[in-house]
Amino acid sequence: MKRFIGFLRKEFMHILRDKRTMIIIFGLPIAQLLIFGEVISTDIKDTKIAIYDPVHDETTTKIASKLLSSGYFLPDKYLDSEAGYEDVFKQGKVKMIVAFDQSFEEDLEREGKASVHLIADSSDPNVARMLTGYASGIINNFLMDDKMPGTKLPYEIVPEVRMLFNENLESVYMYVPGIMAMILMLISAMMTSVSIAREKELGTMEILLASPLKPVQIVLGKVAPYMVISIINAFVIIIIGVFLFGVPVLGNVVLLMFETFLFILLALSIGILISTVASSQLIAMFISVLVLMLPTILLSGFIFPVKNMPWPLQVLSALMPPRWFIIIIKNIMLKGVGIAYVWKETLILITMTVVFIGLSVRNFKIRLE
Amino acid sequence: MRTILYAIQKEFIQIKRNKTMVRMIILIPLMQMLILVFAATYDLKNIELFVADKDLSASSRKLVAKFEGSPFFTVVNSSFSDDEAEQEILKGKCDMVLTINSGFERNLMRENKGNVQLLVNAIDGSAAQLMYSYAQSVIQSYHLNMVAEVEGLPEFKPPYKINAIPRFWFNPELDYKWYMAPGILAILVTLIGLFLSGMGLVREKEIGTIEQLNVTPIRKFHFLTGKLVPFLVVALFDLAFGLLLAHLAFNLPVVGSLWVLFGFGVVYLFGILGLGLLISTMADTQQQVMFVTYFIMMIFVMMGGIFTPIESMPHWAQVVDWFNPICYFMRVMRMVVLKGSGFADLLHEFFALLAFGIGFLSLAVWRYRKVA
Repeated sequence: MKRFIGFLRKEFMHILRDKRTMIIIFGLPIAQLLIFGEVISTDIKDTKIAIYDPVHDETTTKIASKLLSSGYFLPDKYLDSEAGYEDVFKQGKVKMIVAFDQSFEEDLEREGKASVHLIADSSDPNVARMLTGYASGIINNFLMDDKMPGTKLPYEIVPEVRMLFNENLESVYMYVPGIMAMILMLISAMMTSVSIAREKELGTMEILLASPLKPVQIVLGKVAPYMVISIINAFVIIIIGVFLFGVPVLGNVVLLMFETFLFILLALSIGILISTVASSQLIAMFISVLVLMLPTILLSGFIFPVKNMPWPLQVLSALMPPRWFIIIIKNIMLKGVGIAYVWKETLILITMTVVFIGLSVRNFKIRLE
Repeated sequence: MRTILYAIQKEFIQIKRNKTMVRMIILIPLMQMLILVFAATYDLKNIELFVADKDLSASSRKLVAKFEGSPFFTVVNSSFSDDEAEQEILKGKCDMVLTINSGFERNLMRENKGNVQLLVNAIDGSAAQLMYSYAQSVIQSYHLNMVAEVEGLPEFKPPYKINAIPRFWFNPELDYKWYMAPGILAILVTLIGLFLSGMGLVREKEIGTIEQLNVTPIRKFHFLTGKLVPFLVVALFDLAFGLLLAHLAFNLPVVGSLWVLFGFGVVYLFGILGLGLLISTMADTQQQVMFVTYFIMMIFVMMGGIFTPIESMPHWAQVVDWFNPICYFMRVMRMVVLKGSGFADLLHEFFALLAFGIGFLSLAVWRYRKVA
């Protein structure tokens, strides 16, 4: 036991001594929360548009000014021929061209019907869809107010909407659980696997294995500091989320901590497993990035909803531990439900942990090749 | 010159010998193109709707039928109890609950006004907004039909109408994969370049071989070139490989010139490799490099406009993005691949990337000392 404590002290010192890494370990969650809370947004505002208005009559001028005063659009250029469209898009600043027909006003007065083309740069399909949607909404509103004031459809159907769990549609609500999963994966799995691979690469593993320490003790000693850091970080993330961004913790705090701890264990066991297969730090890192980080970001429902993915990816996503953890955290923090609603996900996490620990025990070699 | 060649040869041999390394160089682009591009979609195709129709009148049934007929909604279940509906949304079995209280039809006919309730799971705020707007448009179209039916008109016709005709250039099908692929490629190139160059030098430090190199007559400049060129080649290879995969897997067109694309790739990679070297001159262990690199990478990528448009970011973030190389390269990738922009359209990006390249490389050379 005394030996083990000595070893543990060595490991803690190794990590605490490395000031740069320490700064990043604790700076990362804060930076990520800030970025996701403040920067990541898909709202449309001040998008540059170009206008092609060959007739320039009263109605088209009014429509153009309606569009530009909406807050969504800013004028970049007034075009004088249709030939210039392609070049405008290729320069990349303008995202949409509003082009009125030659006989716009005439058509509207005589036939009661006129056309305006909304040509969108759809290299970003999402933005293109929103821009054309907003623009046609604004144009239709103009028509209602300006041309047909007082005309109103008989009967009225009023949808009363309640946005559950996130009344103000804050995007940070959605990201806090994901950031937790990502940071815990990074510290527990990636750092652990790299630090064990480091001993192998430098040859010091041999010394450790030849020492009277048992293999289990070596692994535990390697893992313990990262476990402590992970737990601290989980708290930091929740505290910043709650006090800086106003994310609620509606459910049971003890349950929340238990699930977080379970996930940390799971991530650590993955880290150990990776280190048993990787012979160098670079390889350990690539495996971590490949099988952990990118899927954690993209396949876990952190940013992109799992439901919308093609089914093979949904299957793959079911194998990703963070996916279940994120569901659990969202349920506990935002919906405020108890274990009755998350027991299935919890069971999945427990099973995964057992499997990974089993695999790493089987793979752990006490001899070097 | 011969020294450089030998230094380069050494690095290539080291890469080639390392089986896992070779596998990673092939595997990473494959995985990113075939998995991540498919995963990264905001499309909402299937909104699961729970219906609590407590009116059960002809009107309410028609409204529900409208929702069933919409391509965006699937009615997963229905019930008459509010509690059950709430349970269902708490359990996460549906995204939205439509409640029609009894008296909907009566109120509509007598008072000209009927209410329906929508409960939306809003944890994902932007999806919630989208779901709500789809629901609104279904209700609106029901409304128009209803008016026509009651008034006995074939269809309600307003006196004036403006057709706002949307046209979608460069991506007429609005295929989200076409949008994501160039962005993911930019991440790929950055990832490979930054990590390889960052780890390479530090590895020599950590193992101690750097001292052997330091006592050889090799010049600082030669040594660093030897470190850079192989990684440049590997990263460019992955760019080409990824592009080919994207073309085969989901028909990504490459409208612009490949010369322009790869030219920018080289300029960009000089900057990224320089940054990697700079990080590694300041670090002592691979673990440090990895962490710093990961941190920088994460901020670059998230702020670089790959997943969400830069125009939607707050002003301070846009200013920060002037100093974010991945943001320029990502723009170049999308513009060249999808729109066919030429060199003349990308002058601004070119000079920015060139400045990064020269800046990071010279900093790295200046920081690197031939002492242990």
